[in-house]
Amino acid sequence: MKLLVCISKAPDTTSKIDFVENNTKFNEAGVQYIVNPYDEWYALVRALELKEALGGTVTTITVGGIDDEPVIRKALAIGADESVRINGNAKDAYYTAFQIADYAKKGGFDIIFTGKETINYNGSQVGGMIAELVGMPYISLASKLDVNGTTAIIHKEMTGGVEVVEVNLPFVISAAKGMAEQRIPNMRGIMAARTKPLQVVEPVAVDELVSFVNFDLPKAKSACKYIDPANVAELVHLLHTEAKVI
Amino acid sequence: MSVLVYIDTISGNISKNAMEAVFYGSKIGPVTVVTNGGVSADKLASLGNFGATKVLVQRALQSQDASQLTRLVSATAGTTGATTIVFSQDLTGRAVAPRVSASLKAGLVAGAVSLPDAGGIFKVNVFSGKAFGNVKVNSAIRVVNLTPNSIALETGSGSAAVEEISVDCGAPSYTVKSVEKQEGDILLPEAETVVSAGRGLKGPENWGMVEDLAKTLGAATACSRPVADIGWRPHHEHVGQTGLAIRPNLYIAAGISGAIQHLAGVNGSKVIVVINTDPEAPFFKAADYGIIGDAFDILPKLNEEIKKLKAQN
Ligand SMILES: Cc1cc2nc3c(=O)[nH]c(=O)nc-3n(C[C@H](O)[C@H](O)[C@H](O)COP(=O)(O)OP(=O)(O)OC[C@H]3O[C@@H](n4cnc5c(N)ncnc54)[C@H](O)[C@@H]3O)c2cc1C
Repeated sequence: MKLLVCISKAPDTTSKIDFVENNTKFNEAGVQYIVNPYDEWYALVRALELKEALGGTVTTITVGGIDDEPVIRKALAIGADESVRINGNAKDAYYTAFQIADYAKKGGFDIIFTGKETINYNGSQVGGMIAELVGMPYISLASKLDVNGTTAIIHKEMTGGVEVVEVNLPFVISAAKGMAEQRIPNMRGIMAARTKPLQVVEPVAVDELVSFVNFDLPKAKSACKYIDPANVAELVHLLHTEAKVI
Repeated sequence: MSVLVYIDTISGNISKNAMEAVFYGSKIGPVTVVTNGGVSADKLASLGNFGATKVLVQRALQSQDASQLTRLVSATAGTTGATTIVFSQDLTGRAVAPRVSASLKAGLVAGAVSLPDAGGIFKVNVFSGKAFGNVKVNSAIRVVNLTPNSIALETGSGSAAVEEISVDCGAPSYTVKSVEKQEGDILLPEAETVVSAGRGLKGPENWGMVEDLAKTLGAATACSRPVADIGWRPHHEHVGQTGLAIRPNLYIAAGISGAIQHLAGVNGSKVIVVINTDPEAPFFKAADYGIIGDAFDILPKLNEEIKKLKAQN
């Protein structure tokens, strides 16, 4: 089975978020990058488990510059066989999806994995766009995936529950919590990752459909009003008359 | 500027998310709604209350298959000449809007929290709620995925004309084998009030007081990540940076420390109440109201006081 896993970098979850150059650019000073948690914990690990059970290869793909290579090596250390980096600046989701779709069309992949969303742009966009561009089914927000021959059984989130669906390979899937458990790379994996193939591919030209003009931070919260634990009635009174939320 | 709004009515009801999407669209231009399945014509006509002039319904399409819905929405966007296509960024919106965007080569505004300003710029959620991005669309048609609970609904009066349509949506891309419904009737992503608890509650056997309070308030229940990870509560209750991001009017957090990853999923809430024994808990910095106290003592009292209030009103 040929499995392709989309890997994005994301700022560490404890990063301080602020912006520079008139609020047009994320301030990267002192920011540590990690593999986007949904891509790593769920998509990549489930792909590795399927390969271990059924044979095949796991390829990761990232659209980004040379700065993205440490997170790509992390994915290799966790166990991917090889990686591809499309040497472009992932300006918007369509650009990113277009590059991945272009590569995937030539690769004959059985399953293309993305994470549910990235924790920096939270768009949930790339998986659906790839599916449309390559003309495959798209199963979004999947919490369980089992493959049996040429079909897969997938649990996908639906409003108010879970739907169990059957889909023929090939397809695109976005991985949500529950699909797998995080794996910590061991020393052998980290050593092996250094020599695993990382192919760099030049991007194809694509229009930028949306652009970020600039960013703002949420307004600072006013100070917390403390209420005496012996006077819970006061809290209820404030929620009713001041905040008007009950 | 003609607007097309897709709404998910597969449950047979019009959800709050759907009303919001229609109302939001009506602030941009005249709205045609498109939907599918068996929802009653009366319910669809009532979308006129939120500004819809017309509702197109494809009765034959009974599932939420993303490939087929993409055909439905792309085709109706063509016939109605829509230049703005709106979805609610719920589970269906997340699956279908990106496909429609790629199919029409129309820029997607993902997670919008505002209407476009005079220059056509939308505010969207980024960095898991820690910042906003201002996004401009460069294509002639734009697709907007609206974050639930980000526009204040107003109910007017009107009745939309309902028309059945028959668009070629192609074959299904998957088959549904079974459906497992989740318990409880107030769904967390749509809830206006949420009662949430963390590891401070010590064990799953202590969640009765959380559920009782939620019941009194008509609230949904939520939890911190470790609580879902150790199996005290189901995964779908996990809120935060790697769980669900919610924006209720009232979020009550008991026994949750308020780690940055937790706050990321809840800091869009309008009012936050924190109950924690530790005066240094970081959550108090993000709270509107705080009680330094024991959740085992405060939650039942809060429940009693709210019952009293409800009895008076
Ligand atoms: C990459 C990454 C992603 C993450 N994503 C998420 C996420 O999406 N959501 C999330 O929630 N976490 C997330 N976390 C975990 C997060 O960092 C915290 O560990 C977690 O939120 C802590 O959960 P808690 O507040 O329930 O538990 P604790 O941190 O153990 O806090 C328990 C709190 O309860 C208080 N307490 C104890 N007893 C009582 C009592 N009787 N009455 C009242 N208060 C009491 C304590 O003072 C303490 O503040 C993530 C972490 C990482 C590294």
